[in-house]
Amino acid sequence: MDSFKNHKGVVTPLDRSNIDTDQIIPAEYLKRVERTGFGPFLFNDWRKLPNGKPDPNFVLNQSFYDIGTILVARRNFGSGSSREHAVWALMNHGFKAVVASSFAEIFHKNSFENGLVPVILPDEHISTILDRAAAQPGYQLFIDLDNCEVSDDHGLHVPFVLHEDSSTHDFRKNTLLNGLDSIGLTLQQENKIDEYEKNVRHD
Amino acid sequence: MAGKTMFDKIWDSHIVDDPEGEPTLLYVDLHLVHEVTSPQAFEGLRLANRKVRRPDLTIATVDHNVPTTDRDKPIGDPISKQQVDTLAENVEEFDITFYGVHSPEQGIVHVIGPQQGYTQPGKIIVCGDSHTATHGAFGAMAIPLGTSQVEHVLATQCLLQEKPKTMEIRINGDLPNGVSAKDVILGIIGKIGVDGGTGYAIEYTGDVIKNLPMEGRMTICNMSIEAGARVGMVAPDETTFEWLKGRPQVPQGDDFDQITKEWVLLASDSDAEYDKIVEIDATELEPYITWGTNPGQVLSVKDSIPDPESFDNAEEKESAERALEYMALEPETPLIDIQVDRVFIGSCTNSRITDLRDAAEIIKGYKVSPKVNAMVVPGSTLVKWQAEKEGLDQIFIDSGFEWREAGCSMCLGMNPDILEPHERCASTSNRNFEGRQGKDGRTHLVSPQMAAAAAIEGHFVDVRDWKLNN
Repeated sequence: MDSFKNHKGVVTPLDRSNIDTDQIIPAEYLKRVERTGFGPFLFNDWRKLPNGKPDPNFVLNQSFYDIGTILVARRNFGSGSSREHAVWALMNHGFKAVVASSFAEIFHKNSFENGLVPVILPDEHISTILDRAAAQPGYQLFIDLDNCEVSDDHGLHVPFVLHEDSSTHDFRKNTLLNGLDSIGLTLQQENKIDEYEKNVRHD
Repeated sequence: MAGKTMFDKIWDSHIVDDPEGEPTLLYVDLHLVHEVTSPQAFEGLRLANRKVRRPDLTIATVDHNVPTTDRDKPIGDPISKQQVDTLAENVEEFDITFYGVHSPEQGIVHVIGPQQGYTQPGKIIVCGDSHTATHGAFGAMAIPLGTSQVEHVLATQCLLQEKPKTMEIRINGDLPNGVSAKDVILGIIGKIGVDGGTGYAIEYTGDVIKNLPMEGRMTICNMSIEAGARVGMVAPDETTFEWLKGRPQVPQGDDFDQITKEWVLLASDSDAEYDKIVEIDATELEPYITWGTNPGQVLSVKDSIPDPESFDNAEEKESAERALEYMALEPETPLIDIQVDRVFIGSCTNSRITDLRDAAEIIKGYKVSPKVNAMVVPGSTLVKWQAEKEGLDQIFIDSGFEWREAGCSMCLGMNPDILEPHERCASTSNRNFEGRQGKDGRTHLVSPQMAAAAAIEGHFVDVRDWKLNN
């Protein structure tokens, strides 16, 4: 997993709550056996009109938002299916971070595992960012993971968390900053797994 | 000091490592694998030259992509076929027990785990599937994973897990006639919201749960994720033990009686404390229908489509407007006036033998409305055979239902069973998201009884008024 220190990028505003993973990538596009190639199907059904042509009203079909690397939405982002393909599709498309007022748990975990940074901000700041992005295409945010701050060039400067629980926040911040692979970390404890199997499970 | 919850007892007995300020490393007793969320995990193992640590604690099946007709022919969609073939190759390479498409034990992963007796009280069970909490109905801690975590468990047989808070949802009183386990969980989601359970492990308690058969408990635990919770569980009791007794993977004879003495101790202590308690009066529950595009947009069958203007909160108002536009519904329309084109009885929520019996009882002696295309997809091949032994298949077929082979089918449209654009479906599945059953399809979640009655009448009806025609 790549490490993440900070990132400045264009905001793609998606002013909706409860965006489920079926919308992020519909089931019919989950059949690939690789981690790549999901980007073209990101928000597939929202991107296309019934005749299959791109819907010009959808943000990802608007050139000044499609180049965004920071997706901003409202609460309970990533609800529903456990499909990690949702995270892969967002990252394949070029997103480095998702900013929302809350995340559904499985998506939240999947994003940490892949290095997609889940930034949690209070509703009022989400509203500010969505308003500014809608008013100024090309509007950028700066995400500083080390200091856990989000800022823009227009005076916004606010702290964020990666998780509501502070020890989880600290742990995940460290793994993201250092690009740590969780399997590698666990395998360092292999003797403890051996002991558990022997002493507790009596295998 | 307060007693322990069932959640705490299972958690504590599975700790491999618990460093300060880091997630706990928990041992996994059972890992269930299916074809959609596993190929990249196996590929990751190969790339890192890692093996599956405990193939003996891992089982696999194919359910999401498999066709529900013409099983003797190859899978038509080449990409689906590749995904199914890839799992078959992976289980061969890594030496994992596999229930393939022609195995009698094949079926939806959350149906066959309990059916074969792999699912047992006290276990930590994981699966790369959001409906894994189903297994919690047996007093297990069952946790859904993404693919990276699937790979982690394959490689280490352990899970890195932050400890969730605990929530008791106590459902008091007796369930009224015509109100099913599906209605209990839809009612709960309607009350606490689609993220009301986020960050919690839920334990369902109370008289209603005690009196439900295992299938009903599974239906309730299954949809915990629709309330935002990854874990949902029910204390094991005599109903649990009776259901499990004699199944292939549980201890047999005296060993079984012995192990039930340990299992019974898993129940939460009477003085255990939960972080949150929600109480529900069963007598106030009704048959429910979802009207919108998330499972929290749900109302009683007696109600009418809400006017978005009636919501105080701007976000809910906007969400309702969007949902009504997608669902092509007008405010104030009585739910029973909504016409349906399709009926789907199946999915990991409602495809077990009792679900099929409940639906068959409603339709017996009636014909499916000529405007409706209705199908039944049993949760496993063994459920299908059991239903055929009881003659339920004939009741469905005589009535005009299609009787299919086992799989996930039209719950999520990864196989050929999908809604056409703008078709409206009464579905016993778990998600009414936009496009869930096929692009531009419109889903209303209901119980098996409600779906069956809608198939006959061509529109929703209150099953409490249904006249059995047996």
